[in-house]
Amino acid sequence: MPIFIDRRLNPKDKSLGNRQRFLRRAREELKRSIRDKVRAGGIAELDREHVVPIPRKGTGEPTFGDDKESGRRQHILPGNRTFSSGDLIPKPGGGGGYGSAAGTTESEDDFRFVLSREEVLDLFFEDLELPDLVKLNLKQVLSFKPRRAGFAASGAPTNINVGRTMRNSHGRRIALRRPKQAELDAIARQIAELEAKPASALVRERIAALREALDRLERRRKRIAYVDPVDIRFNRFDPQPLPNANAVMFCLMDVSGSMGEREKDLAKRFFVLLHLFLTRRYERTDIVFIRHTHLAKEVDEHTFFYHTESGGTVVSTALEEMHRIIEQRYPVAEWNIYAAQASDGDNFAGDSERCIELLDRKLMRLCQYFAYVEIIDERESHIFGATENGTSLWRAYNAVDGKWPNFQMRRIAAPADIYPVFRQLFARQPDLRKSA
Amino acid sequence: MVSQARKSELLFSGSDWNFAKLARVYDEIEALGLEKLGLDIYPVQMEVISSEQMLDAYSSVGMPLMYRHWSFGKRFLYDELLYRKGARGLAHELVINSSPCIVYLMEENTMALQALVIAHAALGHNHFFKNNHLFRQWTDAGGILSYLDFAKSYIARCEERHGLTAVEAILDSAHALMEQGVFRYRRPPKLSSEQQREGLRERLEYEERSFNDLLRTLPPSPGKSKPEATDEILAERKKSLKLPEENLLYFLEKNSLVLEPWQREIIRIVRIIAQYFYPQQQTQVMNEGCATFVHYTLMNTLFDRCRISEGAMLEILRNHSNAVFQPAYDDPRYSRINPYALGLDMMQDIQRISTAPTAEDRDWFPDIAGRGDWRDTLLDAWANHRDESFVRQYLSPTLIRKWRLFMLADSADEPHYEVASIHNERGYAKIRSALAQSYDVGASRPDIQVIDVDLLGDRRLRLQHTVKNGIMLEGASRDATLRHIRNLWGYEVSMVALDAETGAMLSERSTKEI
Repeated sequence: MPIFIDRRLNPKDKSLGNRQRFLRRAREELKRSIRDKVRAGGIAELDREHVVPIPRKGTGEPTFGDDKESGRRQHILPGNRTFSSGDLIPKPGGGGGYGSAAGTTESEDDFRFVLSREEVLDLFFEDLELPDLVKLNLKQVLSFKPRRAGFAASGAPTNINVGRTMRNSHGRRIALRRPKQAELDAIARQIAELEAKPASALVRERIAALREALDRLERRRKRIAYVDPVDIRFNRFDPQPLPNANAVMFCLMDVSGSMGEREKDLAKRFFVLLHLFLTRRYERTDIVFIRHTHLAKEVDEHTFFYHTESGGTVVSTALEEMHRIIEQRYPVAEWNIYAAQASDGDNFAGDSERCIELLDRKLMRLCQYFAYVEIIDERESHIFGATENGTSLWRAYNAVDGKWPNFQMRRIAAPADIYPVFRQLFARQPDLRKSA
Repeated sequence: MVSQARKSELLFSGSDWNFAKLARVYDEIEALGLEKLGLDIYPVQMEVISSEQMLDAYSSVGMPLMYRHWSFGKRFLYDELLYRKGARGLAHELVINSSPCIVYLMEENTMALQALVIAHAALGHNHFFKNNHLFRQWTDAGGILSYLDFAKSYIARCEERHGLTAVEAILDSAHALMEQGVFRYRRPPKLSSEQQREGLRERLEYEERSFNDLLRTLPPSPGKSKPEATDEILAERKKSLKLPEENLLYFLEKNSLVLEPWQREIIRIVRIIAQYFYPQQQTQVMNEGCATFVHYTLMNTLFDRCRISEGAMLEILRNHSNAVFQPAYDDPRYSRINPYALGLDMMQDIQRISTAPTAEDRDWFPDIAGRGDWRDTLLDAWANHRDESFVRQYLSPTLIRKWRLFMLADSADEPHYEVASIHNERGYAKIRSALAQSYDVGASRPDIQVIDVDLLGDRRLRLQHTVKNGIMLEGASRDATLRHIRNLWGYEVSMVALDAETGAMLSERSTKEI
């Protein structure tokens, strides 16, 4: 007689921990795969669902294995019907071995992870954060919204909750046995009936007794009010702080003649990325598009990117326009203000100083973050890649860069640069602090 | 016989099973196995599990206890995926080489299948585990479960103390070297008891704390010049490190300069488990063949004695023939030679040669042909062979013809395969030898050894890959594996590939270039 053990009621999912460990690992691969895809396929790709296959061998477990493309082997196979010794069999396409027939490969399905748009974006933005967001929120709770929070025994008359009050009064009346009107009426009727009868000593006595009872009931009714102050309940409201989760992004773009299609395209991609990022992080995100030549104008998105217009370049006009709009519509107390400026760096002589002044005196105090992206020629990228030299605007902004930690500037030469630069600009910077 | 059969009644009827029926069937089958086949088995412990639990057990390399690692989770998800899609059925049974021998029965199985599983696993595999010399010498059936228990809790403790990531890094690296983590020629020591392990670990930690000669890195005194690396010193160094060493995990565990004691212990655990599975890899055909032969013989005997109904027998036969189905090489279902089919056919062939040999058989197998005692021949083969030697010894021309085996010579630089031998007079020996060769695990795995390391110099670990038949290592996975070795060794690791015949250097790769 063997030993039997019934294990069916044992806990299942013994491998749950293993699966969790695997998924955690797979996540890394997913992230990498998403990044590669977006880099290759363009930013529009980002806003879609994705199916990401992870090869079964994907989360790699390397070992020393034979290279199938080298060496001499012998295969023993069953089921020969036609061959005799010395026959030559051509290898199927491109020397991939004898397919499965050589007994070396097994066809293996991949795992497929279907990621929703949200998951894709989450993976994409996982470790990005707009600087200083938390601090501002903690510091300034600016608006409150009343929220119902039960009942109170005191309050303003407008807040009386009639239903609750009447229920209390009803209960109290029952508990204290307040005489009902019907009882009084009944006694009054009896008295009236007796009074109509010929008066006798007995009747008078009855009437006197009834009157006394009536009197007692009426006094009791007066004592026990229909609605007593203790019954009254008021609606109670709690002021609830509203998180200040509004962000406005200013897109400043130079559209002068020197900004060609390539430059605009790069700038656009950068703004799209920034916008996606902001919508992801904030409840409410506004975008203000400002384009400028020698004049700056607030425009809608389509005009911003596609309208053709040309002229000289005076960068400071855009900054002034931005300042004007902030004053008008975006009180600093309520809005997190971000700005991204894209330009090829050409500027009207002498205007760069004005830009410095504008940023230094006004804008940098208002902005949470100001990112300047200079779009340069691909041929220049290796020259200017790491130097401080450059256009007049670049040199001018360098001065601002040193002074304000919430100011960042980078150069972009090709679409592939955008994402890394974006990451650099918006990577978590724990020591970034708004000075003064 | 016939009169006895008439008298006897069915062991079970219907497809439902219960424990009473299982016990009755087991007792009957066990008695029959001992009587008819002369089997010798470990005590049996049968565990009834659900299909989910079977998936669990499957994914942790078939062991009931296993430490946690993501690769097992990956296996689980993959198996489950195939199972859900219906691309693959689950095994009906799982058997563990331990004493008592643990046999898993799935609750979904019908009674007929349970009977089949009992004959197959509880008797067939069990007998093989207990008697085959590889298992007897190389695995410790009594100690494995307690060792795994220890391994599991030890690694869990490490995860608590050092963090998941740190443990995972070591396990990943050790897993990559699992195939290079076995002693092929030297018998491993018996698994020690919990107490001994504790003592060993304490000693290890003590050694680690105290002075380690290998770590002496003081610069040489100014007056003395650095000793020249003469042949003598080289030889001395190799001798002190017992080089060359083919067991990479063992070498790293003992000699790595950067590993902490707990990391060494984890490597040791992986190494011991790799070693435990090494005999299984060498005896697939024999093990499955033995179990299949046993269940086929016993079930047929029971049927002949009218102890099981025709319906049950039909179900059993259907499962049996699924298991031993061998498609031809050009069949889309072909993936490899089915070890169940080859093992069973060879064993039945031995039976035939012993009882009804042809003239050819008498030529090829003078020792066993016509001796009639097929049972003793089989018991002897089960006990004393592994796949490679079993095929080399017993694959008969009859079987080669029946299977229509042929041999392809495949040279990577030729645009075609050449049919080197077919199932004819000239081909028998060659086919048999080549097939045997293909089952030699030691020969078919890359031969990689530690050949040298300069502990006083740059501490570069030097590996040598002996290239047989020009078969190189696949580049990407080789580089990744070398990186893993580097993680464990802590310093540069380089590997040269030398041709086995000419000794010419084919390639050299160092972790510096990766």
